[in-house]
Amino acid sequence: MAPESPLLSMSGITKSFPGVRALDGVDLDVQAGEVHCLLGQNGAGKSTLIKVLAGAHQPDTGAIRWRGEDVTLRSPIAAMRLGIATIYQELDLVEHLSVAENVHLGHEPTTAGFVVRSGTAKASTARLLKRLGHPEIDPARLVGELPAAQQQIVSMARALSHDVRLIVMDEPSAALDPDEVDNLFRIVDDLTADGVAVVYISHRLEEIRRIGDRVTVLKDGRAVAGGLPAKSTPTREVVALMTGRDVEYVFPERPAAAPRGEPVLTVEGLSREGEFAPLDLQVRPGEIVGLAGLVGSGRSEILETIYGARKPDTGRVLVDGRPLKPGSVRAAVRAGLGLAPEERKAQALLMLESVTRNVSVSSMSRFARAGWIDRGAELGAARAAVRELSLRPDNPNVPVRTLSGGNQQKAVLARWLLRGCRVLLLDEPTRGVDVGARAELYAVVRRLADEGLAVLLVSSEVPEVLGLADRVLVLREGSVVHTAPARELDEHRVLDLVLEGSPAS
Amino acid sequence: MTQPVSPPRDSAPKAPSAGEPPAWRAVLFRADVRTLSLLGVLAVLILIGGITKPDQFLDTRNLQLVLTQASVIGVVTVGMTFVIISGGIDLSVGAIVALASVWATTVATQEFGFAGILFTAVLVGLGCGLVNGVLIAYGGMVPFIATLAMLASARGLALQITDGRTQIVTVDGVLDLGERDSYVLGVPPLVLVFAAVTVIGWLLLNRTTFGRRTVAVGGNAEAARLAGIDVRRQRLYLYLLSGLCCGIAAFLLIVLAGSGQNTNGNLYELDAIAAAIIGGTLLTGGRGTIVGSVLGVLIFTTITNIFALNNLQSDVQQIAKGAIIVAAVLVQRRTASTT
Repeated sequence: MAPESPLLSMSGITKSFPGVRALDGVDLDVQAGEVHCLLGQNGAGKSTLIKVLAGAHQPDTGAIRWRGEDVTLRSPIAAMRLGIATIYQELDLVEHLSVAENVHLGHEPTTAGFVVRSGTAKASTARLLKRLGHPEIDPARLVGELPAAQQQIVSMARALSHDVRLIVMDEPSAALDPDEVDNLFRIVDDLTADGVAVVYISHRLEEIRRIGDRVTVLKDGRAVAGGLPAKSTPTREVVALMTGRDVEYVFPERPAAAPRGEPVLTVEGLSREGEFAPLDLQVRPGEIVGLAGLVGSGRSEILETIYGARKPDTGRVLVDGRPLKPGSVRAAVRAGLGLAPEERKAQALLMLESVTRNVSVSSMSRFARAGWIDRGAELGAARAAVRELSLRPDNPNVPVRTLSGGNQQKAVLARWLLRGCRVLLLDEPTRGVDVGARAELYAVVRRLADEGLAVLLVSSEVPEVLGLADRVLVLREGSVVHTAPARELDEHRVLDLVLEGSPAS
Repeated sequence: MTQPVSPPRDSAPKAPSAGEPPAWRAVLFRADVRTLSLLGVLAVLILIGGITKPDQFLDTRNLQLVLTQASVIGVVTVGMTFVIISGGIDLSVGAIVALASVWATTVATQEFGFAGILFTAVLVGLGCGLVNGVLIAYGGMVPFIATLAMLASARGLALQITDGRTQIVTVDGVLDLGERDSYVLGVPPLVLVFAAVTVIGWLLLNRTTFGRRTVAVGGNAEAARLAGIDVRRQRLYLYLLSGLCCGIAAFLLIVLAGSGQNTNGNLYELDAIAAAIIGGTLLTGGRGTIVGSVLGVLIFTTITNIFALNNLQSDVQQIAKGAIIVAAVLVQRRTASTT
C-alpha cells in the first residue's frame, strides 16, 4: 500500500442535523485497489459518512481530496462523474424498468441525443452482468421480477457502467445467502485487482476478515481507529473499539430444566404451495424454538402464515389446543400471538409516531373506554414496558424513528409485552442491530421466555439460532430436514444440513 | 410474560427520569409553529380586508357571512382530513353534497318536514360513503378511482332527480335556521354546527382509538395490519365518516340557499383537499390536524370574501388560491426539513 497518495482522503468531516452531531471530525483515507471496511454500531455515523461521500449530504466542515485534488461533492451526480459509486442497503432501482434500463438510467446510450439505443444498452448490460458472474440475468427482464440478490447484482452493474474508481457498498451481504456472498467477494476481488477501491460496510466481522484490507471504526460520529489491518486486528480489539465492551456475542444461559407443560403453540401440517412443505411443530411456555435456514428456505413465510398474514393451503395453527381462523391476523393476535417482523420499518413501526403510540397500538382498547383513550394510563403502561426492556432512551415520548435498530426492535417487543402476548414470533430479530446491542436483545428474549412466553425464532445467522434457541428445526427449501436440541448441534452441522439436506457424518 | 405489563417491575428504575420534557416539547412547539403561521396568515388577511374595505369587511354581518360560508366547506373538510390522514382521498364530496341536497329537497321528502330533510341528507351522505368505503376497503379499489366514479354517478343522479331545476325549500323550520332571529348570541346556527363538527372531529382524531387507528393506517397500513388493526373496517368507517360530513354539509347548504340544486358543491373536493393540505395534512397519510384544516378553510373563505368586496373577479381569486397552496406547502417543507 503506498500511503503517500491516497485515492480518497476525507479529513475533519463534520455534519450536524438538528439535535444530533452525526459526524464529528471524521478522517478517512482510501487507497486505490484496497477494500476499506467501515465498522460501527448503528448511529455511529456510517450512513452519514457514505452519504457525504456519495454527494447526498453536504458536510458542515472538512475537506475531501480526490486523487490529490480538493473537490466538493455537490450532488450524487457530481460524485458519480468523479467515479464514486454507492450501492445502498435499500436498493434504489426502478422496479418497472428493465435491467438494462436500470443499469443505464440517467446515461442511456443515445442516437442524436435522445433516441435510446436499447440494443447497445442491452449488450453492454449483458457484458457487465457477465463480468459480475451473473450472465443468466436477462437484461430485458423487469427488475421487479428479480429476487433481491439479483437486484443487488443489477445495482452493482449500474455502478460499474460508470467509469468507477471507488465503490461504496452498504451492507451488501445482508440479504444474501452464503454462496451469493462468495460471488460478491469474488466480484470485490476482481474490482480491486483492477485498481478500484471498495468501501465496505458490514456488521459481520468474519466478512471483514475475509476480504478487508483495512478497517476504520466509527463510534458516536468519530473515527476511533483508522486504517487498522483488517485481517490481523484481534476481534476483541475491534469489538471493544465499536462498543467499549470486550465480547462479541453473549448468549444468555438456558434454564436448567427443560420447559414442560402443554404446548401453547401447535402447528399441524401447515403448508403453502411453492413456499414450504407441511410443517409440524410445538412450542411450550418458556421454550425458544429456532428455525434455521437460508434465505428462500421459507422461514419468513412460515412465521407469517402461522401469524395469519398469509393463508395456508393445508394444515392449521392451534393456540392452547384451539384452532385459529386461518389467514386472520386479528384472530392470531386475539389468541395471544405477536410478530416482530423482518422488515421492522416497513412492517412493524409507525415511523412518524412516538414510542408510546408504537407500543400501545396493539392494545389501545385496554386504555380506552368506549373508544376514549386514557392517555395517562397509556403512557404509564408504555413507560413500564419500555423500562422492562431497558429501551433507550427510556422516555417513551420520543419519535420511534430516532431510535437505533436495537431499540426499535425493543419497541416492537414492548408492543407485544404490553398486549400480554403468549407466543412471540421473531423474524430475524437482530437484523440491522449492532453487535453491542444484540447481546442485550438476546437477554431480553430469554428473560421473556423464562417468564413463560413461548418464542419461535427465525434467523439466517446460525450462531444466533444455536445460541439462543432451546430446540432447533433446520429448514431446507421449505422442508424441515432435522430437529434437535440446540446444544446437540454446532454451526458446521447445521450448515451441512442446510446445504446438503443430510448431516455429513 | 403471561400477564400484561401494568406496574413497573422491581428491576426497573422507578425514579421519574429528569430531563425528559424536551422531546414532547419539541413536538408541541412544532405543532404550534404550524398553527401559529396559519393564524398569522389569517391575521394578515384580516388586516388586508380591514384596510382595503374597513367599513364592509369588519362589519358584523360580513363576518357572519364569512363564517357561514366557511361552515359548509368546513364540515366537508373535517371529513376529508380524516380520509387523507388515513392515506386515502375522497374526490366525491362535492357530488355527494349535491346529491344529498337535491334528494333532501324533493317534494316527496319535504312532506316529512324538517326531520325528513335532515335525515335524508345525512342518510344519502352515509349511503354514498358506504359505497365508497365498501369499494375501497373490501373491493380493493384505489380511493382515487372509486371516489372519482362516485363523483360522476352522484352528480348524474342529482341531475336526474332535479332535471336541472332548483328545488325551493318550503319547510319553515329549515328556512328559519338561516334567519337572523335564530342566531345564538350573534352566531348563526350553521356556524355552531361547524364548530361542533370541528370539536368532535378534533376529539375523535386525538383522543379516541378511532383516531389512532386512522393515523396508524395512514402511516403504515402493513404495520397496522400486522399489529392486529382491522385496516379494512377502519377504511370503511373513514369513507362513511366523510359521507356523513357531506350529508351534514348538504343540510347546511339547504338552509343557506333555501333550495337544493344539482350544481351544489361544485369543486368542493378541491377546496377541501387544498384546505387540508395547507393545514399541514400529509397527502401521503399518517399526519394531519383538524385545527390546521379548519384554519385552511377560514383562510380560503376570507380570501374569497376580500376579493369579492374589492370587486376582483373569480379568476384572480383562483390564481391567488393556487399561489397560497404552493407557498404553504413550500413553507411546510422547509420547516419539516429543519426539524
